[in-house]
Amino acid sequence: MTEPQETHKASPSPRAHPGAGGEEAFPPSETLWRESWRVFKRDRLAVLGAWVLALLLVTALLGKALTEWVVVFDPAAVRLPEKFLPPLSLASSVDVPPDDRPLGGIYLLGTDELGRDVFARMLQGSFVSLSIGFIAVGIALVIGIVLGGLSGFYGNVKLGVITVDTLIMRLTDVMLCFPTFFLILTVVALLPPSIYNIMVVIGLTGWMGTARFVRAEFLALRKLDFVTAATSIGAPDRRVIFSHMVPNAMAPVLVSATIGVATAILTESGLSFLGFGVQPPYATWGNILADGKGFIFDAPWLFFIPGFAIVIVVLAFNVVGEGLREAINPKLRRR
Amino acid sequence: MRAFILRSVFQRLVLLLIVSIMAHSVIHLAPGEPSAVDPSNPRMKPEDIAKIRAAFHLDDPLYMQYAYWMRDLMSGELKSFKDSQPVLGKIWRRFLNSLPLFLCATLLVWTLAFPVGIQAAIRRGAVYDRTTTVVAYTLISVPGFFLAYLVILWVVNTFGVPVIGLKTFGMEHADPLFRTMDRVWHLVIPSLIFASGGVAVLSRYVRSQMLEVIGHDYVRTARAKGATEDTVIYRHVLRNALLPFVTMFGLLLPGLIGGSVIVEQIFAWPGLGRLGYEAILARDFPVILTLNFIAAVLTLAGTFLSDILYAVVDPRIRTGLQGDA
Repeated sequence: MTEPQETHKASPSPRAHPGAGGEEAFPPSETLWRESWRVFKRDRLAVLGAWVLALLLVTALLGKALTEWVVVFDPAAVRLPEKFLPPLSLASSVDVPPDDRPLGGIYLLGTDELGRDVFARMLQGSFVSLSIGFIAVGIALVIGIVLGGLSGFYGNVKLGVITVDTLIMRLTDVMLCFPTFFLILTVVALLPPSIYNIMVVIGLTGWMGTARFVRAEFLALRKLDFVTAATSIGAPDRRVIFSHMVPNAMAPVLVSATIGVATAILTESGLSFLGFGVQPPYATWGNILADGKGFIFDAPWLFFIPGFAIVIVVLAFNVVGEGLREAINPKLRRR
Repeated sequence: MRAFILRSVFQRLVLLLIVSIMAHSVIHLAPGEPSAVDPSNPRMKPEDIAKIRAAFHLDDPLYMQYAYWMRDLMSGELKSFKDSQPVLGKIWRRFLNSLPLFLCATLLVWTLAFPVGIQAAIRRGAVYDRTTTVVAYTLISVPGFFLAYLVILWVVNTFGVPVIGLKTFGMEHADPLFRTMDRVWHLVIPSLIFASGGVAVLSRYVRSQMLEVIGHDYVRTARAKGATEDTVIYRHVLRNALLPFVTMFGLLLPGLIGGSVIVEQIFAWPGLGRLGYEAILARDFPVILTLNFIAAVLTLAGTFLSDILYAVVDPRIRTGLQGDA
């Protein structure tokens, strides 16, 4: 069974539609996105990953709301008599004032070395970890798409002695020369500790792949008929780029963005391990894990809960990313 | 070919210059100075700080500092801010420690990833493929230090493999054979952890590369003319699938510095990554800058090597170059 060849513009497929009963010789073919979605759905692991991510998104938003405004979920409430309680233990009614008790009087995931509710901290951390991933990748995407697009579309424009394309691609090469993690570590360690610095630095060091993809896509797209057509009816460059080329170049970018979020979460946990991650009072899964490693024998849940949470979420991002890659790559489809 | 080599060497030298200038400015423009590392020390009088700043040229303009750094680096007289030891000597000693770890890990990656990836591609969709897929994704998704801690907990309790440092303390006078064995024994767990991510990534890449080639027409032709499955896979598919990996040999080099910070920190391995981390903590700019510089040199040398290897292995590119030059 051969798949219909993927086209960038909806073009009539010669294959007769099975349900059309032969009346319609050229039914509207599947759009690119719908076809990709059909391939994506076949990969059960990726679909599972997508569900995990949807759940995570809800958790993160709910977590943000609950930890901000609902007292029972206060992640910063310190209850020294209740420290190192294992998961599912009951809060004592004697030592803890009623205001500080967790929901239902149960520490779902136990308490840490200051008697803080690990469940509340994980809820807060899910939002912070995710926003680090999303903002860092967002920064990388914007830089990558702008630079890649510039060098793909205006690559031949001369700036003095060198072309725009040479300039941007050499800049990409320069950035690729830095050992990424070491550079991030250096900059984060030298700058004053702040969560925004971490997001920005991860973003600024992660755009090179996107720039290259977008450039390659743009170079290929420029030669296609629909771009020529758009230019020939007098559409301004802005319109050609943003409404015709960018949407068609997004597929590989989407894949690298999904995997980029996973990498950013891992990078943050690595920085936390070395002591340069997000500083208190923010809780992230990375720094809960890094703090928990000191109590691995006395309070293993402080180590294993954030650890496995990170593994599951990063795994979900990676699996969804790979599923997308498979879905948009006609060469890798089952023949 | 010679014109191509000359041109790419020149391009890379220019890149290196830009990289070193950028690294230098990033580090010097960031707040936090070497002279301010120990502000609470009562013995540090303002005149001492002034003396230190003068000795390290910290009061000169940035481009002069860059010139001093380059001059000292090239003449080999660059001194660390922290202990006034020559930087190159320090880095060389740490490099000798990192090298066995790096070599072992690389060897593990390349010997494990290929069989796993090839098998997964041949048995696409079967249990083996799905299992290795899940395992590989999991290995990619685990924070390095989390995995290391899990392995340490399990291994130390079960097998008694040492996980701290290069060698057992107090073994200096033992028989050379025992000392060698001791060092090898210490290498096992760190290099496994170091290699885990690489095996996962590379085996996935091998798999997709194989799948890409298996779909080509000449593979069907090979099958049609009655070649055995082994001949088809190993002579026709694998040979062509191998091409991109030749280039990856070159891209491995920079992993020596960047890839090892966390692993060396966990296993108290006195290598390059840990040297970099210590230098960052101490604001030891010459060491940070020189490590960065060496990493850039390694990256550029790596891409250069892979370009050359590609031309050597793939005749299509070689003829293209000759036509070009």
